[in-house]
Amino acid sequence: MRTARDIALKLIGDPSAALGLLIIVALVAVAVLAPLIATHPEAVWDMNPRDRLLPPSETYLFGTDRMGADIFSRILFGARITLTIAIVAVGAALMIGVPIGLISGWCGNWLGEALLRVSDIFLAVPQIVLAIAISQTLGPSIENVILALSVTYWPWFTRLVHAEVRALRHETFIEAAIALGVPTWRIVLLHVLPSVLSPIIVRTSIGMGFTILTASALGFLGLGAPPPAPEWGRMISEAREFLPEAWWSALAPGLAIFLVVMGFNLLGDGLRDVLDPRIRRGNPGR
Amino acid sequence: MSQPPLLEVEGLSRHFPVRNMFGWQIGALRALDGVSFKVRPGETLGIVGESGCGKSTLGKALAGIHAASGGRILFEGTDITGCSAVQRRSVAPKLQYCYQDPGNSLDPRWTVRRSLAEPLIVHSALTARERDARIAKILEQVGLPLTHLELYPHELSGGQQRRVGLARILTLYPRLVVLDEPTSGLDVSVQASVLKLLRELQAAFTLSYLFISHDLSVVRAMCDRVAVMYAGRIVEEAPTERIFASAKHPYTLSLLAAIPNIGGERITDTFALEGEPPDPVRPPSGCRFRTRCPRAAAVCAGTDPPLRRIAPGQAAACLFA
Repeated sequence: MRTARDIALKLIGDPSAALGLLIIVALVAVAVLAPLIATHPEAVWDMNPRDRLLPPSETYLFGTDRMGADIFSRILFGARITLTIAIVAVGAALMIGVPIGLISGWCGNWLGEALLRVSDIFLAVPQIVLAIAISQTLGPSIENVILALSVTYWPWFTRLVHAEVRALRHETFIEAAIALGVPTWRIVLLHVLPSVLSPIIVRTSIGMGFTILTASALGFLGLGAPPPAPEWGRMISEAREFLPEAWWSALAPGLAIFLVVMGFNLLGDGLRDVLDPRIRRGNPGR
Repeated sequence: MSQPPLLEVEGLSRHFPVRNMFGWQIGALRALDGVSFKVRPGETLGIVGESGCGKSTLGKALAGIHAASGGRILFEGTDITGCSAVQRRSVAPKLQYCYQDPGNSLDPRWTVRRSLAEPLIVHSALTARERDARIAKILEQVGLPLTHLELYPHELSGGQQRRVGLARILTLYPRLVVLDEPTSGLDVSVQASVLKLLRELQAAFTLSYLFISHDLSVVRAMCDRVAVMYAGRIVEEAPTERIFASAKHPYTLSLLAAIPNIGGERITDTFALEGEPPDPVRPPSGCRFRTRCPRAAAVCAGTDPPLRRIAPGQAAACLFA
């Protein structure tokens, strides 16, 4: 059986997964250390009209925006918002989606069916449309973006876990545990859940990238954090009116979103190769 | 003989619904259709029959994996047929089911130690230290070194996996173990060692076995009594030596005739079995064996012969027995 060490070694051995991991580690480091790295931490929220829309220079690495704020520093602080949204939204989706998937997969009866149909209803509406509707109704704020994203993302986990559990339920070792008189909660939490953990981890990584993309889209539409906050999507939207002259004000946040989403996807693909038993070679278990 | 039976099965049936493309039930597959027998303490009862005759369904119904569609299962005098999953759990430590390949019944992600500890955690109030002592003892009894405790199932050989699977069942000191084809898929030498182990464990733990097999030579070596199943019913039941010496049901005779025999004479040369077992969704009228029976007469199509006593300890379901 592979340990966390094995998995880490395998991931680093795969160039694209290693790149993804590097980007994510950099993102986390930047978010945590933002006040230390930022060249102009004071100029993130303050207006500084004399330095409006300056091109990239030694003082302002990525230039300044229409308020005269340093884009480099804003990107750094924006990483905090992005990471918070992604972690809280996907975490909440996990907390809702995984238990519902376990229950619906385990009880093949009317309860399981009903739970599955509810998740189908959420999946029937495109995620971005539902998220726009929710944040539009509740008003623009980070909390509402998180709420909208978690409410729209949990059915993916439910479907995934449901399918895995249904397949597992008829495995001999699960049936044997039932025959042995092991209580249901023990079977589900100690036998079933660990067996479906790998696909959940893969889905989480890819879901983070997806969630960041959707959050940025909401920010671009003005449904994210209210104006002074350095939210990447909103930064692009604010830069629109000065394009193409002030190209740097849209380039930096765009690149940031691109890099982070790519990082999570590369990591997710790498994790899938390492963890997913169906692609795993020479797997003795299932 | 006078001891009360450990397990008593009365008219047990298990029907699987057969559905058409719209999901409507259009019939029932009678995997088990009114099976009755008794297992006395310390006894080994063999259940033999072709594939698909309901042997495994019988084992799983006893283990509570399949619910019974009818009839009663009495274990130590208590009816455990319709009881809830929670009540069922209190019987589980005493009545255990052993899979065809017990190695498959181990969680591939768990070490041997963890798999062996689980039944004790669930069913006993032993402390961690007492559990370790019990696990070490069982492991020794099934003939595995203690160093194997930290291994994962895929790191063990097939025979070792079986031993761990058996150990897992025995940690609870059960009274009755349902063994489903315990020797299938093993080469002859491993088969012999597994049978020896089963006999040793039976003596050490005063176990009763319900020994499900299609291999008559193994059954002859292991069982005190034998019940022969055909199409979801018991067609003949007798002490092992009587089955091999003076079986009366034509199906039993045909099974005996099919035993490959090197050198000596076949037990009976008169019976050769042809054709396939009947479709369990639409069994033939009257006697279920009549479609393949060399002795079948017109009367067999009209009368379904009950299992009746034909000699001390021997019963057969044939009009001509």
